[in-house]
Amino acid sequence: MSTTQTPTLELRNLEVAYTVRGIDRQVLRDVSLSIAPGEAYGLVGESGCGKSTAAFAAMRYLPRNGKITGGSIIFEGKDIVDIGETDVAQLRCSAISMVYQNPATALNPTIRIGKQIAEVFELNGASKSDAMKLAQESLVKVQIADPERVMRRYAHQLSGGMAQRVVIAMALASNPRLLVMDEPTTGLDATVEAEVLDLVRELRRDTGTAVLFISHNLGVIRNMCDRVGVLYAGALVEQGATTEIFKNPSHPYTVGLLRCIPRGGLHKSTDRLDTIPGTPPALGTKYEGCVFASRCSLADDKCQTELPQMVQINGEHVARCFHSDKASSMPRSIEQIEYASQADVRSVHNDDALLSISHLSKIFTQDGHKVRVINDVSFNLGFGETLGLVGESGSGKTTIAKLLLGLVSPEEGGVVTLDGKGLAQTLNRRDVSDVGAMQIVFQNPDQALNRRHSVTRIISRAVERLRGFSVDDSVVRAHELLTGMRVDASLHSVRPVQLSGGLKQRVAIARAFAGAPQIVVCDEPTSALDVSVQAAILNLLVDLQKKDNTSFIFISHDLGVVRYISDRIAVLYLGRVVEFGTSQRVFNGPFHPYTEALLSSVPNIDGSIRKRIPLTGVVPSPSNPPSGCVLNPRCPRKAGSGYETLCETEEPNLTEVEPGHFMRCHIPVANLKQLQN
Amino acid sequence: MLRFIAKRIGLSLVTLFIVSMIVFVMMSIMPGDLAKQTLGRDATPEAYEIWNKEKGLDKPLVVQYCVWIGGVMTGDLGMSFQYDQPVSEILGPAASKSAQLAIVALILIAPISILGGVIAAMNRGKRVDRILTVGGLSAAVIPEFVWSVVLILVFGVAIRVFPVSAFPDEENPNIINRIYHLLLPSIALLFVLFGYISRITRAGVIEALDSDYMRTAVLKGLSRKTAVFRHVLRNALLPTIAVIATQVPYLAGGLIAIERVFNYPGFGNILMDAVVARDFSLLQTAVFLVGLVIICFQLIADVLFAVLNPRIRQRVTE
Amino acid sequence: MKDSTNSDAKKVVLAERLAVLKKNKAFVVGASILGFWIFCSIFSKFMVRFDQDAMDFESINSPPSLKYWFGTDSTGRDVYSRVIIGARIIMVISFVATALGAFVGASLGLIAGYLKGKFDMVLMRILEAISAIPVIIIALLAVAAIGRSSTVITVLIIGFIFTPNVARTVRAAVLGESELEYVAAAKLRTEKTAHILFREILPNVLPTLIVEFTVRLGYAIFAVATLSFLGVGLEAGSPDWGTQVADTWDKIFTNIWWPTLFPAIAIASVAVSINLISDALLEVFEL
Repeated sequence: MSTTQTPTLELRNLEVAYTVRGIDRQVLRDVSLSIAPGEAYGLVGESGCGKSTAAFAAMRYLPRNGKITGGSIIFEGKDIVDIGETDVAQLRCSAISMVYQNPATALNPTIRIGKQIAEVFELNGASKSDAMKLAQESLVKVQIADPERVMRRYAHQLSGGMAQRVVIAMALASNPRLLVMDEPTTGLDATVEAEVLDLVRELRRDTGTAVLFISHNLGVIRNMCDRVGVLYAGALVEQGATTEIFKNPSHPYTVGLLRCIPRGGLHKSTDRLDTIPGTPPALGTKYEGCVFASRCSLADDKCQTELPQMVQINGEHVARCFHSDKASSMPRSIEQIEYASQADVRSVHNDDALLSISHLSKIFTQDGHKVRVINDVSFNLGFGETLGLVGESGSGKTTIAKLLLGLVSPEEGGVVTLDGKGLAQTLNRRDVSDVGAMQIVFQNPDQALNRRHSVTRIISRAVERLRGFSVDDSVVRAHELLTGMRVDASLHSVRPVQLSGGLKQRVAIARAFAGAPQIVVCDEPTSALDVSVQAAILNLLVDLQKKDNTSFIFISHDLGVVRYISDRIAVLYLGRVVEFGTSQRVFNGPFHPYTEALLSSVPNIDGSIRKRIPLTGVVPSPSNPPSGCVLNPRCPRKAGSGYETLCETEEPNLTEVEPGHFMRCHIPVANLKQLQN
Repeated sequence: MLRFIAKRIGLSLVTLFIVSMIVFVMMSIMPGDLAKQTLGRDATPEAYEIWNKEKGLDKPLVVQYCVWIGGVMTGDLGMSFQYDQPVSEILGPAASKSAQLAIVALILIAPISILGGVIAAMNRGKRVDRILTVGGLSAAVIPEFVWSVVLILVFGVAIRVFPVSAFPDEENPNIINRIYHLLLPSIALLFVLFGYISRITRAGVIEALDSDYMRTAVLKGLSRKTAVFRHVLRNALLPTIAVIATQVPYLAGGLIAIERVFNYPGFGNILMDAVVARDFSLLQTAVFLVGLVIICFQLIADVLFAVLNPRIRQRVTE
Repeated sequence: MKDSTNSDAKKVVLAERLAVLKKNKAFVVGASILGFWIFCSIFSKFMVRFDQDAMDFESINSPPSLKYWFGTDSTGRDVYSRVIIGARIIMVISFVATALGAFVGASLGLIAGYLKGKFDMVLMRILEAISAIPVIIIALLAVAAIGRSSTVITVLIIGFIFTPNVARTVRAAVLGESELEYVAAAKLRTEKTAHILFREILPNVLPTLIVEFTVRLGYAIFAVATLSFLGVGLEAGSPDWGTQVADTWDKIFTNIWWPTLFPAIAIASVAVSINLISDALLEVFEL
């Protein structure tokens, strides 16, 4: 970027603090960055690093207990830290706009969409009727089909993707010179995320607006931004051009972050994930030296006591580290747990199924309508195998888990067989050994651990019930289990609330393993965690599997994670398995058209450009599924395939298209293969 | 929407039926002989029998219930044991008196309480907020009769600005004078109800102030004041409607003590007299009517809430 | 061993909560006032200056003085002594009635919230019907039906009337809790329903229940005082505050305010102190 131009936004030595329980806690430490007109600047970091605070500070909008304690925020050459409320409002309505993380709640539930957008035009001087017209035009700009209808809707009537388009339309209504986007696609499904990101890219091309893009997702940042800043514990630790940062990360934190992501092609059988030891510091921790020193393998005495300054690496690329030259060759950090007998990686193909489910269906009654959320799902799971369940929200992943565990009972005809023995449909009719044999790790450990019980008691009670141990023996076993999960003995008597997210999830895993299970269902076990913690949890799961030959059913929306940990994968769409096969097959193709679209929508962190195969339209309601193949109205491969009529009238069966590779598609696999090359 | 209203009405009818059962059962399990009590000890056994027959008390309970509820449904409220005249003639004027008091009270209470809640919310955590919430709720737990007595002592006896009776002591008083007389009892009710209504309002306003859509409104460039008016108040005041409606039972219960202290010939006073005289026919009908009014209020509040809230409106139409 | 670790954790949490409570001014004020009245109701014998029924015909309706701190009433009885004596009646009745309502209500709420379905539906209808009639009116109805006032009946009635409120509050909390995954986790270790209800869910709704209890206790004071003021709550001639106000308030027009005002203030102070406590608890439990 040229240095002669006045930057659109410049943060100069910005310091922000929150007052919590009477004490000021620093959340941004000496943050300096600048965004040139038309530039997209990405701010990346894990939860609690202060990235959203930076975004809101740029809007001059801090929570009630937040305040700017130092430095300046310069917008187009003018410091806006001390300007009055009226000037701030003026700035917001004409020059700086924002797009938020939760579009659904960002819109007023009781005001029609049209009026909410029109409000911005009115603020900028349009008459009431003009404003409504302009609002409708703005909806066209964000590619909303049928804008006239959307104008009259309320927020709750929109899907997540639609709501975010509306928020973007509202943000662009004032023709802003700076657009602040705070995790704009977090929480959206992969295909919707891809659409929204495409839209943002196009709009940027058309409007030339500068963007401050906040995200925890390195892939999204890599694909959307010209320059990147990495934030850790409120301090900017590295900054530079996107390609440069990703190619030559020079701060140990950035290096660690990039290494611990399960990325393209990595698999548990050959690769172990790197972790970043330790946990991120608590809000407002005070430092003398480098904020990252306590977790850094390169740290020496100087790092502990002396605050490093930004060091130039290459042109604009700077890193706040004394040892930036050694960062990229930093030793790998791999948590290794030693077991008495470390089994070799087992072969995946195991014909003796441990678990077999067939013709599982589930119908829920919703407002008097019958909704078939799971439709005739069958699959097998081998000993020590991991089956990944992949699909977007509403695909029925979690319901399948509940059906297996007996938490909900399947419709007539569904059979779950464990080790050759048919299981009762509901939990209370299964015997103790069957219940103990199949356990679950829930997504949200805050909800899964009773907050009134101590960690030991949570585990020991499970041991007591499932293994029939005496109370004292269960406590001993609980301590063993927890230690095995690397939960320090000093933490065994505390309550879950005193543990970090990663530790809570370790306790939840210990609980699942308390009954010596044969199968553990992992329902999005890492999606509430930061990537550095995620890697450690995934490693732990892999180790446990190797040690006890446990089988996993691994549910996740994160394709990278699923690919890393799964031996076989089932892709779900609208309660049906549309593709089933080995991890290798499912990820390398030939693909089912839905899988193809799903895979192509994931933003890559390796920077390779992939052509996105879009899914048109929205996910249909399971209460009223399309006739024929349920994917047909959205299928990217239907048109021109020659099978259109069949697709629209008849539902395809799940058929074996290659040895061990199943698909639910009318288009012959050879044709698909050809189209996909 | 119609389906929702129909369903809601159905539920209200079920509740009403249960109310009638509760009231009837309570009035029918009484020990002691009603006839003896009414006619005195000296009457002949034949006279008791005739009296019981006349009042329909010799029939089985199920029949008695059907006769009673059938009568109430068709507007025949029966005869009062105590006054020996139709219940409707006794309750009618009294109910209208109580309604006047309730209306004056609500007109006074609703705006003041809602305003109090909004002010507290806008000044959250500050002194004004603490005074309004802690003070309001503390006032709410002090019984109406205590407030009434204290108010009379202060405004009726010490500084004579308000009349100590709720009803003007003259022929055909004009409306201003009547309202003037109703003010002191209304203030007593205000003390009791302010705390609840303002607290709910405050919670609603705070929720809306903290909402993401309020943040959007401010970050759109709206001034805080405009944002509060356009985006907060509408959403925040919705739940308040429901709360005011659910406070009606308190209002009705509180009227008894207040009417007693202010010597006001309303429904509560009649009810109280009926209790003392054990006038069951009057009592069971009167209590049932109180239940009916309250259930109607809650029904109206629910429907109104649904109509004003697009989220519920849509859920019930689709 | 299991229990020691568990109770240690509990002790720590309890200590933290108490420390927060001590800092809360409203709580300190409320607890002091309530403490004073509890003290009075236990040690009333040592606090009164005259027998509450002793009549001093020499000084009828005499205003507050050094001899009669709160003055005397129209039969020459010492108002101060009567106010002190009155504390025990209202406190005991209110507490027992609330405990009864809270116990029955919490049990019903727990079961309804956890079982859902038909039981829940029927119960909720009945509770809604009960709460459609104002507390005082139900109490009047019951007194009229039974034909006499009695302390036991008042306790039963107030307990009965408070049941729906407690049940509904607890039910809502249980409904929320039973959606949480720790309940599914308990089922997945073959816990019985009773264990899930009482050992898993109940501890989590306990703060809600405690606050609800204190709120109801405030209402109980309100209701008992009102009933006795209306002359239906307690045995005739009982020296409680509501009756004292009822017996004397018509004298305020002749400016004899002391026999009425002091018991009225006593009622108000107890009600307010309980309210301050429940308000503080609400804050401490972060509900």
